[in-house]
Amino acid sequence: MTWTQQLITIGMVIFGTMLTRFLPFLLFPAGKPTPQYIRYLGTVLPSAVFGLLVVYCLKDVSLFSGSHAVPELLSIAVVIGLHLWKRQMLLSIAGGTLCYMLLVQFIF
Amino acid sequence: MKDKKQLLIRALRCAFPHTLPILAGFLFLGITYGIYMNVSGFSFWYPCLMSLTIFAGSMEFVAVNLLQGAFNPLQALAMTLMINARHLFYGISMLDKYRGSGWKKFYLIFGMCDESFSINCTAELPQGVDRGWFMFFVTLLNHFYWFLGATLGGIFGSLIHFNTEGLEFVMTAMFVVIFMEQWLKKKEHKNELAGLLLSLCCLLVFGAESFMIPAMLAILAALTGLQERLQKGENSL
Repeated sequence: MTWTQQLITIGMVIFGTMLTRFLPFLLFPAGKPTPQYIRYLGTVLPSAVFGLLVVYCLKDVSLFSGSHAVPELLSIAVVIGLHLWKRQMLLSIAGGTLCYMLLVQFIF
Repeated sequence: MKDKKQLLIRALRCAFPHTLPILAGFLFLGITYGIYMNVSGFSFWYPCLMSLTIFAGSMEFVAVNLLQGAFNPLQALAMTLMINARHLFYGISMLDKYRGSGWKKFYLIFGMCDESFSINCTAELPQGVDRGWFMFFVTLLNHFYWFLGATLGGIFGSLIHFNTEGLEFVMTAMFVVIFMEQWLKKKEHKNELAGLLLSLCCLLVFGAESFMIPAMLAILAALTGLQERLQKGENSL
């Protein structure tokens, strides 16, 4: 690729990313009343979207090969356990991550 | 003037602890990305500038492949739209929350990556902390971590050797915790379950590369269905 072609390609990626971020705000500007259906989605989407994000993070983990998702599932169990016990966000995140690092570095 | 300064400091102090997991995750992922660019033969200016202008982690890794392939701008755009389509959901969720944040709103939308969205959407602020500035600093700090990691990785490249294998799990752990917080706050879990289970089903059916769009459509359909049932339920009362 020439330098100009690289620049255009990067420009396309920037444009696409910005389009996905700005589009809802352009379609439903603050000055005009937002349709009720969109307002409804705005209130229920956050609860649904975090499940999607968790799955998105784990999408490349295979149940049937490699370590069979054991480090991931164990570490998530640690995160859940810690969070139910102390309910300290940073502690749960740090504990789960440490557990995962130990598992993949020393055991699997 | 002094009040304004205090307002800013208070918002920054409140925002920083929320971004700590992201500091760890983004430095690590950013350095990995920079190294990846470096070994793919790009000067450090690429990760440095791309981390500033694109600020969408997974997309930037894909962009490396795009830059190495044949020149095809339309394909680049189509892939970006597919991979980043989830931002549409974030935007719809933040229509109200970003309202009234003035000029900061443009930057908040520009920097609305998964991590900034997650914190800005769910954080509960103590009294006296300005939400607009809090969200601004969360976004700015995350942006800075990513930029710093990508640039360091691009400059030092393969010189960096330290055993951080598995550190990327910090992002998964953070999303699990946020998911739990949402769950524990409410008695009804229909929406959370719909998001989790439909995404899982779509992942199993469509595979890692192409499950995102079907999952989003399935979630939209389910939430729409739930709304109609809700309204019918109200009407019959």
